Amino acid sequence: KMSQSSVFLLMVGGQIESAEFPDFDDIYCKYCFTFGPDWLVTSGLDEGLTQVTKKSRDDRQQFVWNFPLDITFKTTNPFGWPQLIVHAYGIDAFGTDVVRGYGVTHVPITPGRHKIRIPMFVPESSSQLQKLTAWILGRRPEYVDVRVLAQGEGREVTRVRSQGFLTVSFNVVMKDMKKLGYDVIPSEMSTSVIPESVGPNSGGTTET
Amino acid sequence: MADKKKKTKRLIENEEDEEAGVTNPSMDEEAEAAQHQSGGESSVEQVDETHEAESLIKDLKTKHLSKQKELSKVKSPKEDLAKELRTIKQQSRDKVDETIRQEEAELSATEDGTVPMPTEEEELGESQPTDSIVTFAETTTELETEEAVVKKLKRKKEKVEEEEVLPLKDEDEETTKKEEAPPPPETVPPPQEEPPKPPPQEDVKTPRGLKASMKARLRKAKEEAAAEAEQEQKEEEKKERQLKRDKDKKKTRFDQPEVDEAELEEKTRAFKSRLKKKQPLEEKFRMELKSKGVFMPTAEEAFDFFTHDFEPEPEEPKPEVEEKEEEEKEEEEEKKEGEEEEGEEGEGEEDKKKKKEKEEDEVPLMEDVDEEGYGFYAVRKAEYDDTPETAKKEAEKLYYPSVTSVNAEEKAKILHDKQPRFLEDEGFYVGTRPKISGWNVNKMENRLIKELHREKWFGEDGRMIVLPNPLRPTPSRPPIPEEQEPGLEVQYRKAIMHEFDSRYIDGSLDNAGYYQLDVDINSLSFSHHHLFSREHVLATRLSQLYEEYMDRQKKNMAEYLSEKLKALKLSAVHLKDHMAAKKSEHNYADRSNFQKRLQDYKDEIRRARALRDKEEKTDRLLLKAIIKTWKDIKQQREKQKFINTPLKLQVITEETNKEFDLTQWKLEIEDELEEMEEEATEIYNRKKTEYEEALKKHAEQVKAKEDARVRIHKRSRKQSTKGSRASLGSKASKHSAENEPNPEEEAKDQEILNEPEIEIPDKPEEFNKEQARKDIIAKAKEIRRRPGEPKLYPEVTSTQPITEASKCPRGEQQRRNDVSKCEMFLKVLFNNKEVSRTSSKPLTQEFKLNFGQIFSLKIVQWPESITYQVYETSGFGGEIICEINSSIPDSSVTSQSVQLENLDFSSDHRVNHGHEGVGSGVPFSFGAKNEGTETLYTTGELRCSVAWAINDQGELLVPPSTQEQGNMFYAMRKMDPVTAIGAAGVVDIQKLAKWFEDSRLDPNDPANADLVYMLKSKGGESALLGPKEFFRLEQLQEEFNFCDDEAIDENKRFRLIYLRDSEVTEFKNYKMIPLLDRDIPRDTFAEYEKKKREEEKYKEEKDIESHRAAVSKFMQRVREQVIRRFRLLAHQRRLEDVINEEAVPNIALLGTSVLKLTERRRPLRVERKERKKVVPQTIDNVKILININRAVYVPRRVAASRGGAMTAREPDKAVKNIVGETQVQPFIEVMFQDVFLHTEVGDGPNPSYNEELEMPFKAPNEDYTPGNLQTVTDNIYLNLFDQVLIDIQEDDRQRGTTVHQRIEKKWLGGLTIPFSTVYFNGKIDGTFKLNKPPVLLGYTQGPDEEEGTSLRSNEENTYLSVFMTIEPPLQPPEPMRERFATTEDEKLLQYADNWEKTLNAKFSDREYKTTVIDVNGKTVFVTRYFKALEPPPDIFGSSDTEVKKMEVVARYVSMIPSVSDSVVFPGLCDIWSTCDQFLQMMAGDEEEHAVLLANYFLYMKKITWLIIGKGIPEGPTAYVMTEQENDYWIWNAGTGEHFSYRDSYCPLQSISCLINAENIWANVQQYEKPAQMNFDLSQGASWRSFFTRSFPNTGIASYQPERLYYKPTNKNAVLDLQEKIETLLKNKIMEWRSRLITRWNRHCTQIMRKLLPVLEENLGHSPGEQHLAELESTFSAYKVSGFPINMPYNEINPIVDAVFSTRVHAHDTSDVEFALAVYIHPYPNDVLSVWVYVASLIRSR
Repeated sequence: KMSQSSVFLLMVGGQIESAEFPDFDDIYCKYCFTFGPDWLVTSGLDEGLTQVTKKSRDDRQQFVWNFPLDITFKTTNPFGWPQLIVHAYGIDAFGTDVVRGYGVTHVPITPGRHKIRIPMFVPESSSQLQKLTAWILGRRPEYVDVRVLAQGEGREVTRVRSQGFLTVSFNVVMKDMKKLGYDVIPSEMSTSVIPESVGPNSGGTTET
Repeated sequence: MADKKKKTKRLIENEEDEEAGVTNPSMDEEAEAAQHQSGGESSVEQVDETHEAESLIKDLKTKHLSKQKELSKVKSPKEDLAKELRTIKQQSRDKVDETIRQEEAELSATEDGTVPMPTEEEELGESQPTDSIVTFAETTTELETEEAVVKKLKRKKEKVEEEEVLPLKDEDEETTKKEEAPPPPETVPPPQEEPPKPPPQEDVKTPRGLKASMKARLRKAKEEAAAEAEQEQKEEEKKERQLKRDKDKKKTRFDQPEVDEAELEEKTRAFKSRLKKKQPLEEKFRMELKSKGVFMPTAEEAFDFFTHDFEPEPEEPKPEVEEKEEEEKEEEEEKKEGEEEEGEEGEGEEDKKKKKEKEEDEVPLMEDVDEEGYGFYAVRKAEYDDTPETAKKEAEKLYYPSVTSVNAEEKAKILHDKQPRFLEDEGFYVGTRPKISGWNVNKMENRLIKELHREKWFGEDGRMIVLPNPLRPTPSRPPIPEEQEPGLEVQYRKAIMHEFDSRYIDGSLDNAGYYQLDVDINSLSFSHHHLFSREHVLATRLSQLYEEYMDRQKKNMAEYLSEKLKALKLSAVHLKDHMAAKKSEHNYADRSNFQKRLQDYKDEIRRARALRDKEEKTDRLLLKAIIKTWKDIKQQREKQKFINTPLKLQVITEETNKEFDLTQWKLEIEDELEEMEEEATEIYNRKKTEYEEALKKHAEQVKAKEDARVRIHKRSRKQSTKGSRASLGSKASKHSAENEPNPEEEAKDQEILNEPEIEIPDKPEEFNKEQARKDIIAKAKEIRRRPGEPKLYPEVTSTQPITEASKCPRGEQQRRNDVSKCEMFLKVLFNNKEVSRTSSKPLTQEFKLNFGQIFSLKIVQWPESITYQVYETSGFGGEIICEINSSIPDSSVTSQSVQLENLDFSSDHRVNHGHEGVGSGVPFSFGAKNEGTETLYTTGELRCSVAWAINDQGELLVPPSTQEQGNMFYAMRKMDPVTAIGAAGVVDIQKLAKWFEDSRLDPNDPANADLVYMLKSKGGESALLGPKEFFRLEQLQEEFNFCDDEAIDENKRFRLIYLRDSEVTEFKNYKMIPLLDRDIPRDTFAEYEKKKREEEKYKEEKDIESHRAAVSKFMQRVREQVIRRFRLLAHQRRLEDVINEEAVPNIALLGTSVLKLTERRRPLRVERKERKKVVPQTIDNVKILININRAVYVPRRVAASRGGAMTAREPDKAVKNIVGETQVQPFIEVMFQDVFLHTEVGDGPNPSYNEELEMPFKAPNEDYTPGNLQTVTDNIYLNLFDQVLIDIQEDDRQRGTTVHQRIEKKWLGGLTIPFSTVYFNGKIDGTFKLNKPPVLLGYTQGPDEEEGTSLRSNEENTYLSVFMTIEPPLQPPEPMRERFATTEDEKLLQYADNWEKTLNAKFSDREYKTTVIDVNGKTVFVTRYFKALEPPPDIFGSSDTEVKKMEVVARYVSMIPSVSDSVVFPGLCDIWSTCDQFLQMMAGDEEEHAVLLANYFLYMKKITWLIIGKGIPEGPTAYVMTEQENDYWIWNAGTGEHFSYRDSYCPLQSISCLINAENIWANVQQYEKPAQMNFDLSQGASWRSFFTRSFPNTGIASYQPERLYYKPTNKNAVLDLQEKIETLLKNKIMEWRSRLITRWNRHCTQIMRKLLPVLEENLGHSPGEQHLAELESTFSAYKVSGFPINMPYNEINPIVDAVFSTRVHAHDTSDVEFALAVYIHPYPNDVLSVWVYVASLIRSR
């Protein structure tokens, strides 16, 4: 029913590369993409689960997954630009599965390769007692719906603590965006030179 | 080094600051020079130096020149003969020891900081190598003590400087020692020694200084030898040069500089070009040197150096070289002197060696070439053996530069055999050569020497041209002085806790400031108190009146105004006279001017008179009141027979002269009359002129009209006569004929005629003098003392003796007792916190209290409020009487200047006394006289003051600029100037503007800026004070709009996005809104717009549906409002919505979980487990699982074998089915969203199915979010059918071989369950009664004789056991937990909350309702919904018994359509509309029905409750319970049925609470099934009531309307509707059977039509037998199956659906006839009961 002419495509490849979670081990991630009502996944998975990884034995103490992401979106409207939500889980001292961090980032809006370091955080227990019981029972507070991370609404009621970082690389390809009047590449930049890292996440340092 | 220098400079600047012992180096330098001069054993050298210095000082007065002096003096010896030098040095060395000691003494003696040079020399000589204190301490020479004194001070600073001087002393020694050493070749120039210079300096810096010095000493041995030779050589050269030019050279060294200079100048000129290149470098070097403290020329000097001819300067560089030597020498000397260092020499051995090598490299080294590390080695291939050849070849191509220094001959060649020339020696500054290892230098030189233009590479001195080291040895970062500018000093302060609270004056609690408010509470007096006796009341009144009287007396306004009046009159008269006299003299302007003045006077007189009259009247009234009150008091005293108050009134009368008075009186009256007349005449005249004018105009108009009419008439006549023209033609007619009728004229005439009549004003009336006089006299009588009446002067005194208590009656005694018991105190509240309170004082009999206390409040917060609370204590306990707010004093109000002020207060405190006290807030009268009652409230005055305190020093303890910061009012003023003015709610900007204008505020005053800004409109100056007529929130919004709203409206895409964003149902989940406008489907808005249009349309429509339409519109409006509110709330999330957190387990929970562990496993007892709710996004494929267990009491066919219609009428007639033929073959068909599913066919009247049907479910828009799901209105229809096989075998012969049957479905009953019910409840489980038609032709129900069961009432009904749930479970919408706005008492709500909470803790699954939400979204207390309301009176008809009436009412209520709240008000929250709203909306769910029914029952004087509980299938619901004798009836308001509470088939499954207007009773019994419950509400163990004795119901007013108004239903419209439905249904049936012919049996229809009203009359119950008989007899020839359906009317569609779901039409044959009748019974207020009777008739064969 929709004529194809007014649609642009966004192809996102990349990897959930690695993470730093000091003090934790046995981490795995779940990810999902959220996007606005005008977006459609044309191919690829918008949800996934990585393998469990142990941290490297060197002093970097890194968790490496190199878990591929590959998804293509079709949209009529940049509103609701896809966001990647990653939530990491790990086994705690009692062997229960607890959440180790939530993180979210927009898919970069410029084509090219981007490496983004996402700070990860977890919701805090609402009281000290809760904290204790959560620790004992291994049931830490978690988001009811992780999609809440991709929106501003309702966040004010939560308190979170940062837990580590997760590095994601994106390879973004776009089609027809400019044709439809959206120019996302700065004019002074020739098409061949695209910044290695134009991530939304200026907080995390990007490495090349 | 650089810092040292700077420091030095600084020290010079502030010598006074020097600490004791800190020497100023530059001073030292001078001192040094001075020392040399004044030294006891002045050597020749020294003398020379002194002289030289003196002369130089004369020339150059800067300080650094002293340095230069020093340098020159140092240098000068060199110019002399070496011998001389040697002697001098020897001497000086001796001297050094001496001077050291001398210095020491001096140092200790003089604290001025000038340290004699020699000391330093010594000290530094030692300290130089030892940079660290440790090593320093090791020095154990005789200088120890001195060192101790000076070391710290000078260690670093002076070293370098001293280096320069000291070597002198050793020089000779060295020279002597090293005399034998082979003299260095001449080609080795002294500047070559410059490179060595850095090492010692580095040594100085590095900690290994000592070792270095050792090395240096060794090295020096060589160097010095070389230097010596060199020197000698130089000297010779110089001598020669000098001889050439100057003969004086030998006289003194004094002259020498000059000579040298001149000579150098020459050379400079000669080598100008070369120098030019070097100059910058040299400068750099100079800086370097300078930084080392060697030399510090200013920029100016440097410039001078190269430009001016300074005599001594050119020599400067040279001394430096010397210095180096000297330095080394000095070290040498040290070696000798400082034996202490020997120990370390060992350590330093290695370094030393290295050093040596280096040094040697730098000096022209002939002999020592160290081959080590420079070996000829190469990596070769193993098999390579052609060495000689390779070597040969290599020798051709390669060469190895030697590391030995280039021999002299080569160099000489380069220099073209000229003598090398040493610029440095000549006094040029050449800078420091970078330090390069000797080998490398040599290598390079060797390389270069082979170059073609090798000359280029070497300088005149034969050395390589080397650029100075580009690296600066000093850090480029500016030094940071140790001592800071005192002004910039950082001070340590303790951290201050800063409260983030602007309330604190100084930002924190422990502030620095001391602010104090003094609150003076002086006294308290009551103008009314509840202990006042009546007399007191009067007395107070009297004293008040008297006070006022005295006040007025003082002002005496009446007198003043009288005087004024007199004066005015006089002036007026004067003016008049004047005008009369000078009439002729004045011109017009003057005259009018006078006239105007006169008018002014008159006006003024009038005004003054009016004022005076008013004043006089007041005075007189006051006087009267005083006297009256006094009389009252007297009366009261008499009556009560005692005296309570000391008040006493005396009236002094003053006799007056009656005659005089009379004349005055008359005069006054005449005067006034005259004035009045004058004024009246004026008005009269004016009006009269107006009148006459109008009259004239009117006459004119009349005339004009007349004329016009005549003209028109004429014209028309002429027209008519025009044709004939035969007339003789009068002139006029001819004339007019000639002038063709002018249309213009005609129009004009017409216009004149049409003109409105001019109104004639009323004729003015003339002044009526008599009447006026009467009026005036009457007025005068009222307000003035009559002539002859004595003047009265009241005087109130407090002299009346008070009756003793003992003589008073008991009541009074009690009162007095109470008064004396009564004590009062005040609390002072600062910022609403109690800060102090007065002592408790007893109330005096005069009701006055003296406190006289001053409270000093030290404050840290900004004062926001100061409040006093008056407390009264009588006996025990205090009671607050009132609060008095005091203003916060202005900062100018101090405790010295403040005045006590009276603050009035009053209290709405209600006190009643049994004794004489009149109480407060209680009406009382003055007794027998009965002049009505009075109600007085406690009032009084507090005398107090608040002021800022002043401390002993007379300082004001006011926080700084109280008004500017933090102050709430200030902030307020900032925001809103109007509020700040003080009058809250002043919005009249017009007035404000006027006030602004009037008060002439300076618009330029910044204090008024706010006001001006506010009043300023956008216009120019004239509009400066014109107020704005509007207020805008976002003034700049327009600028930021991308486009105007219209553009957005027009753009389909924007509109779509907008609608989606605002969550309009149609677009809420619209996916992929196209990017381009043109891509949006044209019909996108069609539906939405249609809906909108319909909403509009409803307004105009007038047919039967109009009411429904209006209702739906109303509902739409309410819904929108509610949705908006909920949307707002839904977007406010709570922690639980966002975060899943395990609740803290409490003991109870833990307990149960522990119990669970021990519980026995019962695998056979399967329980349905709670399933986890799914997040909606992942859902696709949702099913409704319908588990149909069984049906019971299914009607049986009546002898299916027999033809004809069988009814249930005669059970006995039913033929026993002996052959075991099935009596009925029922199956259940489920219909939902147009999908049909059915169970297997069961057998018999009690079939068991145990089947699970999976019904697919599709949510609208594929959106499975709770928000969307709860708006789903689809119903699940469960229908019970009997499957009938009909043999249609045509040919009997085939019977044996063929089966030919037709299957027919006969509807036996149905059940409708809304999807929302399933959705909200998660599951539905239970046995439900099927809705069965009251008449079911062909079937019977009841006891089956075969089974012999006894007849029970419930066997009339069919029941179905069903379990229903949704798979996967959908997330139910979260109920709204927000507290809504409310007008209820907060206390009540709180109590309700607690009540609910405590009960819920016990019975978590019972719902206790105390508050509900009304249509406005407000929380309303539930009992407010109950009120007896009259049911429509005309519904009862013939019903007589009470029960019957109740049933009728219940039926009426049940016929109001039922719509779930969630459909009406999506967002899920239970909204209760009031009965009138309910009747208006004609839709509501169980609560509304139940409330309405309960209210009707209340009206019928039944004892009624509303039940909140759970029923099937509705889930949480509301029923009504009435008390019948010995029984409680439970009414289902939705269906109109009622059950006894003992009825186990009652659909109500549990009762949580009962509610009626009086109370709420919570069920706290163990059981909640009605049959098991105890309904004695007074039993606290069973029922917990909401209002108890401790919390009584204080009469909560009902929320319901006074009464309900019922709109009569339009009968004709109902008939129309009936017609419409019937036609529609017929068409539908035909449509459904489109393949087959549908025939209608009119006869049957007729009969049915007759039957239906009877059914309605029977309230849906089975009609009497005769009706059935009638039917039966009529259709004996037919096999009839059919039934009536009854439902409330809401819309047509549900009716169609219902008919469809019965499948009557589903007869797959053409030889069937149908009958269909529709009947609508109109109840008042458009409540319609729809009956549809459908039947199929098959002719029996």
